[in-house]
Amino acid sequence: MTISFEPAENTTKAKAFFHQVAREQMRPISRKYDEQEHEMPWEFVRFMWDRGRHQGGSFEGPNDGFVQVCVQAEELCWGDAGLYLRIPSPALGGSAVAAAGTNDQKIKFLSPFRGDGEPKWGAMAITEPNAGSDAAAIQTTAQLDGDEWVLNGTKIFCTAGEGASTYPGGFVVVWATVDKSAGRGGIKSFVVPAGTPGMKLVGLEKKLGIRVSDTATLVLENCRVPKENLLGSAEVKKADPTKTGDKGFKGAMATFDASRPIVAAMAVGVGRAALDFLKEELARQGVTIRYDAPLHERTQVERDVIDMEAELQAARLLTWRAAKMMDHGKRNNLEASMAKAKAGLAVTKITQKAVEVLGPLGYSRKLLLEKWMRDAKINDIYEGTQQINQLIVARRILDYSSSLLR
Amino acid sequence: MIDFEPTEEQQLIVDTVRQFAANEIRKEARDADEACRLPAGVLQQAHELGLTSNALPEAYGGGGSRSAVTGALIAEELAYGDLSIALGVLSPTLIALPVSDFGTEEQRKKWLPRFTGDRFAPGSLALVEPSYRADAFRPTTTARREGAEYVLDGAKCLVPWQDGLQEVLVVASEAGTAQAFFVPIAAPGLSAEREKNLGLHALPTAELRLSGVRVPASAKLGGDAGADVRALVNRGRVALAAAAVGVARASFELARDYAKERQTFGAPIATRQSIAFKIADMAIEIDGARLLAWEAAWLLDQGKDATREAALAKHQAQRVSLEVADGAVQVFGGHGYTREYLPEMHLRNARGFATFEALSLV
Repeated sequence: MTISFEPAENTTKAKAFFHQVAREQMRPISRKYDEQEHEMPWEFVRFMWDRGRHQGGSFEGPNDGFVQVCVQAEELCWGDAGLYLRIPSPALGGSAVAAAGTNDQKIKFLSPFRGDGEPKWGAMAITEPNAGSDAAAIQTTAQLDGDEWVLNGTKIFCTAGEGASTYPGGFVVVWATVDKSAGRGGIKSFVVPAGTPGMKLVGLEKKLGIRVSDTATLVLENCRVPKENLLGSAEVKKADPTKTGDKGFKGAMATFDASRPIVAAMAVGVGRAALDFLKEELARQGVTIRYDAPLHERTQVERDVIDMEAELQAARLLTWRAAKMMDHGKRNNLEASMAKAKAGLAVTKITQKAVEVLGPLGYSRKLLLEKWMRDAKINDIYEGTQQINQLIVARRILDYSSSLLR
Repeated sequence: MIDFEPTEEQQLIVDTVRQFAANEIRKEARDADEACRLPAGVLQQAHELGLTSNALPEAYGGGGSRSAVTGALIAEELAYGDLSIALGVLSPTLIALPVSDFGTEEQRKKWLPRFTGDRFAPGSLALVEPSYRADAFRPTTTARREGAEYVLDGAKCLVPWQDGLQEVLVVASEAGTAQAFFVPIAAPGLSAEREKNLGLHALPTAELRLSGVRVPASAKLGGDAGADVRALVNRGRVALAAAAVGVARASFELARDYAKERQTFGAPIATRQSIAFKIADMAIEIDGARLLAWEAAWLLDQGKDATREAALAKHQAQRVSLEVADGAVQVFGGHGYTREYLPEMHLRNARGFATFEALSLV
């Protein structure tokens, strides 16, 4: 092992490929689907679905592992963060199955995504009107009735929830409690296949940004799934499940250790879109950034850009570090939250500053900069808000339990 | 392959220096700051760790393990102990590394063995100029060739000026290009006045006036071929970025530990989100700045121009260092303002990074 910033050959290839996808397939339709909120971008969806099946192996071989996944996410979100979320894939639902599922469950739920047929989506439904990051406050219930679990409750903010609940072959991983008195120990996750009676798509959020993304409200009304659709063990442990190794809750939480670096990488992609555009526009106006100029000679714009570049790169490197730790098999829960907290806030500020610096160009909907500013903000909110990630980081570095630092 | 794990050898160096910083440097920090004097014993002990000589060519008694990344790791750990002492320990790099990179055979033979011997020998590079318009890449101090000599005129400040210093490497413009010249500290026309600064109390520094200082043509670093002073400035920025991370880390740890001890309303203040989140942000920013410093150092090791990355790393690290040091004073409250505790010293030191250039090199 050695400290190195040289990407593996396959990472460079993948980056170039996905950059081309972003530039040619995403950017041209970016504004259209922002304006036509929630409309399924079928041409892009089919392109990505076909690519996934026919070119999926193009970049196999020596690579940067999970860092490469982050590089790909960054490129695609440089194209369009909303469209990225519409790409047919098992997504977070897949991560949950991969983290907590048995081999049979992985084959059953994930293999359809590798076969022929129509595009499919996976999703994870955690948030409820009264439970966000405080997953232990979940009200949705799951009761065993014979060979089936019966789910009841309301899930909101379910990313890709329309795709996953509607199109055959997809699935939603629903978090529910099997025993409210057990707190976190009673929280389990269940795979609910698309089209299961009792799971209803009741609405899509109208949002500040990532408008093409189907952020769904799902209602579960006596929704029955086979007993074997439970991920992890059915046993309810009254003690703190994070300390006992219960694969259910812990496994589900572990998906965040993998998903937060990706969300951070997505954030970096949006931030880079704004920063690249800002620098190109400034260059067209004859403004270049002088990295070797002394402080008194730097203009305010140069200072802003240098600040934005340093912040973006710090976010990117924190992201890659968290990703790399997964490849090394190290626990990255602290570093994943650090990356997510940094990236979410950094790109929120970078995109807002870019709009400010470019004045009317930044504010106009003729250009995409204002859209990127709206898109960027979600990264400071989903997969754990800035504050939740600060809380996780603080608990870890102070060595405080969740009961000591709330 | 992208990776962020030091080599085993680097990790061993980090562990050794971290222990030395925590055990030997830290305990001297406050007294050295108050007395405005470097602890000579610690400098000698640090010298015996071989941190500088390890990076010098084997032909001159060095260890032959030159790496800017290793240099950045060392600078962070030493500065984590104390910035003034760290810069005192690392001052040999200000002559040893430029000579190693650009020196003529004669210069290498003269200088390098001094830094690989048994005794600590300080070095010094005069780069910063006493003006708000100071530009590290374009000095206003001039060097004019006259026959077999160079004549130097100008002014410098923040020049390390430790006991035992014999010559200082002065950066000056020769026909518009920055070059470096060896000037004996007793050279006619050179006057040095010991500085008093906001921070860095323990590190002796001087303001220099050069008026008609004459040195032989052989005193030019690299001889007629000269040296790439831009590269030296960049190496100095990476070293400072790493040191700034070290100061930030020292402040962060003080704040973290104090916040867990200090009780208000029946509970440690670290259990309050306003304090806990501040400490979390410190940790995040420190790690981000460190990675930027590593990236710039890594580029230097690839033999690439690192002007942009070194500037970004220094920019980020100096901001983070200042914010974290200020945050630590705040977490300590009134105690943080007293000289009984270390946060106020770190704050004074951290404030300097925006001004410092090349106080050590990687």
